[in-house]
Amino acid sequence: MSPTAAGSPTCADTTIGAGIKICHLYPQLMNIYADRGNIAVLRHRMAERGLKSEVVEIGLTTPIPDDCNLYYLGGGQDRDQLAVSEDLTAKAEPLLKAAANGAVVLGVCGGYQLLGHSYTSTKEFIAGIGLLDLETTADTNRLVGDVVAEVTLNGKTQIVVGYENHAGRTHLGPGCTPLALLQQGHGNNSNDGGEGAVSGKVLGTYLHGPLLPKNPWLADTLLAWALEHARNPVKLTPLNDQLENAAHEVAKTRTRRKK
Amino acid sequence: MITKIKLPAVPQGLAIGAARSANRLSQKLKRGGGTTIGGLVLNCLRPTATSEMSKAISDGIILVSGTNGKTTTARLIRAALNACDFRVVANTAGSNLERGVSNALLDADKANIALFEVDEAALDGLMVKTKPRVVVLHNLFRDQLDRYGELELLVDRWHTAIAQLPTTTTVVYNADDPGITYIASKHAQTLTYGVDDPRTDRGGLPHASDSTHCRYCDTPLTYDMVTIAHLGRWSCNKCQRQRPKTDITATKVDLHGLAGQRLSAITPQGPTEISLRLPGLHNSYNALAAIACTSALELTLSDVSTTIAKRRAAFGRAEHIKVSNVRVTTLLAKNPAGANENIHTILLDSNLDLKGHIHLLLLLNNRTADGRDVSWIWDVDYELLLNCNRLTSLTIGGDRAYDMALRFRYAGLDTSRIKVLMPIPAAFDAAINSANTHGGLYVLPTYTALLELQELLTKRGLTTAFWEDT
Repeated sequence: MSPTAAGSPTCADTTIGAGIKICHLYPQLMNIYADRGNIAVLRHRMAERGLKSEVVEIGLTTPIPDDCNLYYLGGGQDRDQLAVSEDLTAKAEPLLKAAANGAVVLGVCGGYQLLGHSYTSTKEFIAGIGLLDLETTADTNRLVGDVVAEVTLNGKTQIVVGYENHAGRTHLGPGCTPLALLQQGHGNNSNDGGEGAVSGKVLGTYLHGPLLPKNPWLADTLLAWALEHARNPVKLTPLNDQLENAAHEVAKTRTRRKK
Repeated sequence: MITKIKLPAVPQGLAIGAARSANRLSQKLKRGGGTTIGGLVLNCLRPTATSEMSKAISDGIILVSGTNGKTTTARLIRAALNACDFRVVANTAGSNLERGVSNALLDADKANIALFEVDEAALDGLMVKTKPRVVVLHNLFRDQLDRYGELELLVDRWHTAIAQLPTTTTVVYNADDPGITYIASKHAQTLTYGVDDPRTDRGGLPHASDSTHCRYCDTPLTYDMVTIAHLGRWSCNKCQRQRPKTDITATKVDLHGLAGQRLSAITPQGPTEISLRLPGLHNSYNALAAIACTSALELTLSDVSTTIAKRRAAFGRAEHIKVSNVRVTTLLAKNPAGANENIHTILLDSNLDLKGHIHLLLLLNNRTADGRDVSWIWDVDYELLLNCNRLTSLTIGGDRAYDMALRFRYAGLDTSRIKVLMPIPAAFDAAINSANTHGGLYVLPTYTALLELQELLTKRGLTTAFWEDT
């Protein structure tokens, strides 16, 4: 049994021209919650439609390109997050510039916190890049568990499912709004019913699982935005998402049953 | 306002009596093998019981901990102790929290030595309570983040606990793990083990690696050789720290698929060569840990080697059974490091035995004992199975079967070739059916899925119940 040609994320010869460039920030350090799954989903959903995607991986000391259409920053342990913070704050300029020009940015967990102004843990102060108007402070107990929440993007409301595991309590400033309204879970701070943050096409969330495999609608929304940014506004054809929908339903019902 | 009422401690004899009754009741009601409930009762009634009963064990307590390999390592040590005429009390069947330990101590009247495999999160507490003679620190990998938190936190906890051990305790540790070395190397009495055969080098760190930066100066570590996950011959270019010299060293490892391996090692008592019936490089480490532990206890090397060579795989750890002409091999896979080792072993084995046909049954549950968060499956390199072009059938079962199906869909496998059946019995039957034509099925279950599978096989008369496993 071999991977199908059309299905292989590494297979580029089925492409018909239109494409996007994805920047995966710190894949070696910020990968604690299986972040590579999100990248695999983005690439695969492009390839299955015959669209091209290129992934640039950026580590410590490598400069960030300003010509990508979608930037992804995953979650890391506190130690790694500190190292990334020092590096990222020193070289964030091209990322900030791309975001200002409408590039899509997605930060998950630790990556979400770094998109904000700062993360204050019990041991240290970690600076963020301020792309989202929010601040995070660590508490002693972690917020852990299944999440079900309602996301509205492009005027369309959908349920997203995921898993959260974070010590940080995030509070949003006036410059952004919550990405999702919680039906189940702790979200930003276990207090205000909000999960994640959004400002234009910059998104942050505590949800992993990873996020995109079980929420294909969200993946396609990000891809559509990235294609627009690349001046390749292609209408995304629907894919067979039976497995995605089944996994989504299982995650949703198991969470509710536990209550 | 709720006031916590502190109960006076129940006298030891009474607490032990109550705990034993609880176990008898549990067995009578067939609620389990009585492997934890007594301990739970005991710890509630008399919190000091574990430490009091530990003191009564004349030749001391041995604790074995680590993310992977605890059960097998403890079994090997136990077999060696038995062969050397010790009267051993041990916790079996994975009851490896404090309640499992104290439960085992309930039956320690005749024992002169105690051997416990200990959950990573329970180790620091049990080291304080049992004042062990030997502690084996085997490895720390990314595992059940929802339960243990970040790996870094566990490293810190162990580091603090080791610093408080009496100097008389011998810490036996895996020097190939830089995190474990950081935790253990400052202790007064240590014994180290590691693998030195360059043929075991995987050529680089896998995707899901932790402990890859120097604990002292944060520099990325350099590896001359990588064996499993972040284990290997590591060094730091900046502060010059490196893998310590090993006391017990595997110089030659010849892996023979699932049939076993030939292991040559150098020890303080001289060289030894063992034909192990246990497969895979992870079992080379388990054997080394057992040799190191028994060396700390001054057992005779030749006795240890002979005994270890006879041991078969533990419950769900590469045991084979035959189901209607299909050879079924079960390999517990509960975290990325363990699952990756299983995949390497399967590839090696299918190459040798099955003329290239791999039938796979993956069982994914996310109950408390598995960890509720299933994202770890994205850190496993299942792509190796797809890239080898030998995967003939794939069946997926368990509560979170669809999550696993997505893992393979996004690895590039055509969804029409993925069979999903959530109920484990149905998935098992479908997988046996698929494998029937070519004759070999590998099952990779999570912990609770393994228990379910075992129950199913027991019901069908194909294997024994888990608490009978010794």
